[in-house]
Amino acid sequence: MTPDSAPQALTATGLNKSYGAIAVTRDVSLSVPEGGALGIIGPNGAGKTTLFNLITGTVPAGTGQITLFGQDITRMDARQRCLAGIARSFQVPQPFSGLTTFENVLIAAAFGRGLSEKAARPHARAALEMTGLAPKADVLAGTLTLLDRKRLELARALATGPRLLLLDEIAGGMTEAECVTLVELIRDIRGSGVTIVWIEHVLHALLKVVDRILVLDFGKVIAEGPPDTILSDPHVTSVYLGPEEAA
Amino acid sequence: MSDPILSVHGLNAGYGDFQALFGIDLALAEGSLLGLVGANGAGKSTLFKAILGLLPRGREAVTFAGQPIGHLRPEAMLRLGLALVPEGRRLFRSLSVEENLQLAAQGGRRGDWTVERVFDLFPALREKRHSPSQSLSGGQQQMVSIGRALVANPRVILFDEVSLGLAPIIVNDVYAALPAILQSGISAIVVEQDIERVRRMADTLVCLNEGRVVLAGPSADFTKAQITHAYFGG
Amino acid sequence: MAYVDAVVQGILLGGLYALFATGLSLIFGVMRLVNIAHGDFIVLGAYLALVVVQATGLHPFASLILVVPLMAGIGYAIQRGLLNRTLGPNLLPPILVTFGLAVVIQNGLLTLFSTDTRRLAAGPIETASLSLGPISVGWLPLATFAVAVVLILGLELLFYRTAMGRAFRATTDDAEMARAMGVNTRHVHALAMALSFAVIAIAGVFLAARSNFDPFSGPARLIFGFGGLGSLWGTLAGGVVLGVAQALGAQISPQFQILAGHLVFFLILAVRPRGLFPRME
Repeated sequence: MTPDSAPQALTATGLNKSYGAIAVTRDVSLSVPEGGALGIIGPNGAGKTTLFNLITGTVPAGTGQITLFGQDITRMDARQRCLAGIARSFQVPQPFSGLTTFENVLIAAAFGRGLSEKAARPHARAALEMTGLAPKADVLAGTLTLLDRKRLELARALATGPRLLLLDEIAGGMTEAECVTLVELIRDIRGSGVTIVWIEHVLHALLKVVDRILVLDFGKVIAEGPPDTILSDPHVTSVYLGPEEAA
Repeated sequence: MSDPILSVHGLNAGYGDFQALFGIDLALAEGSLLGLVGANGAGKSTLFKAILGLLPRGREAVTFAGQPIGHLRPEAMLRLGLALVPEGRRLFRSLSVEENLQLAAQGGRRGDWTVERVFDLFPALREKRHSPSQSLSGGQQQMVSIGRALVANPRVILFDEVSLGLAPIIVNDVYAALPAILQSGISAIVVEQDIERVRRMADTLVCLNEGRVVLAGPSADFTKAQITHAYFGG
Repeated sequence: MAYVDAVVQGILLGGLYALFATGLSLIFGVMRLVNIAHGDFIVLGAYLALVVVQATGLHPFASLILVVPLMAGIGYAIQRGLLNRTLGPNLLPPILVTFGLAVVIQNGLLTLFSTDTRRLAAGPIETASLSLGPISVGWLPLATFAVAVVLILGLELLFYRTAMGRAFRATTDDAEMARAMGVNTRHVHALAMALSFAVIAIAGVFLAARSNFDPFSGPARLIFGFGGLGSLWGTLAGGVVLGVAQALGAQISPQFQILAGHLVFFLILAVRPRGLFPRME
């Protein structure tokens, strides 16, 4: 585990979630230091997205505790957690396709920061600049290419002024060149002070950003540590990576 | 090659006023794997839709097992032996996992592939057979999507981004299963972003750039650098 | 005791209302098509039954043997020939076209049958009643309720236990993908409309046996679709709620009977605008 002396952006202790008799998250604990980057990997159905849902408050936890920058957020609802500084991207980008790129990001800036539309504008513009979407600001979001929609996911998240950014399989479907662009962007975001937690199957992208990796299987944490250790862990190989080294 | 199982001749297709494909020629040899690559937006999914008749095309533009099929309706494709694993999974929300598979089995052909055999290939799905398809994780949904194509006992499968959202071990399993699938008589076109993998697995390679074929031939003929370069054109 | 009687009558009346609404609920659930002419088609069914009864001397309920297939055929043809073209992302075109159909039907019936109100004689069952302790329950309302329940059961079975039902649900979810899976979606849509019309035919015959009707009785039958468009049991529940509200309202005064129905309608729309049992999305 990371040294407790460093300030932690996010800690989760003993998270549990069941749907009826089915436990999808079992006693999961994790912590990410401020400014750090944690990768989360695991087989399909391991409960990775559910874990994100528990952290963002979209799904109420069964038991367990979550703190954000030292503050206990376990009782907060999703909206309060967003205002407290968590932002998240989704696996399948779903922008408001009838609105322009700028309008999509403006909504995020306004509601995510609790500001009026007017006060939110500079934040929206900054987010567009950072993600390279400024030239496409007035384009209808429904017509954007896949890479740009992923950028839009990031811009929307950034516009809320997060201190913690959760990325859910954002590199899926990208060509290698697009992946490089995306990774650079995520690195820039981290460089600006945002802590990153990233679920990903595209390992070569993940490895360029994260300091540590956490492995989930059947809702439980089965391994956690630096990337080299994780990738050579035989249990992780048998359960997730397969015989071929994925990197 | 002997007569290709599927071929495309001078195919033009688009959406309303927007033309997305310009004079595409392509031939899939029976029992082979063709890798279809290109940047996002180059026209790969559009090509699949055009082959299946979900977009209008000319009568002679697509040939299947020696017969022109350009005039046929999409619903005839599965019975003919042409199956799709679409981009974004697109499972039927109101149907359970098993019902999704049963629907495809009913619309397809009789053969060795059954619903049970799909569960053998993807054991994680068996215990979820009665679950609503939306309750599965993204990767599990992708497994169902692939299963839907298999269970119709097709002669050709069009895989649009088969590895999207799948854990590496599952991607390995699927690609490991491909030779057996090919040997059982199914030919395949696979859209894939991992150039290394596609070069290893595919017999032939076709690269699209802005709706045109910019590279085509045996995959062994091309280096990774050449393919990457073709993505951006010259 | 009068109130218990009113509640029972109201519940049974709900069966009739459910009969009226089921066809509409079904077609909206499958195709998101709002059939403005729904009520007028029920009246058309009633007139068709009238013609069949006059021509053959059959009992109205026996006439269903002819009326149901006839109406189903009409429904299939209208969907395949006309309404399939209106389906798309916009909800409006089917509304406009079926509104036009409503006008055509009303005036067509007017021309053929004049404004005289009609009624189908169903014989002794109209007044026969069953004694359940202190309450007396009419056989016709009882039969109507039973038919509604059996119909809904049958439709649920069809939708959730048969291959055709699978095709219906898949087409509703993603018509493009359904086509790629071998489903002939134009045929499926037309079949769904044929099914809706079969239910409309039954509703029409029960309407004719129970009350007076004329070419313009149609629109009043439209409001019963609020039980939850797309949910068949919800439609029955909605019908029962409306029936009981009206029956209890009638205990207060005859004017209140109508008002009670509309008040309940308003309340439900205000509190649960998607209907009592909206289809899970």
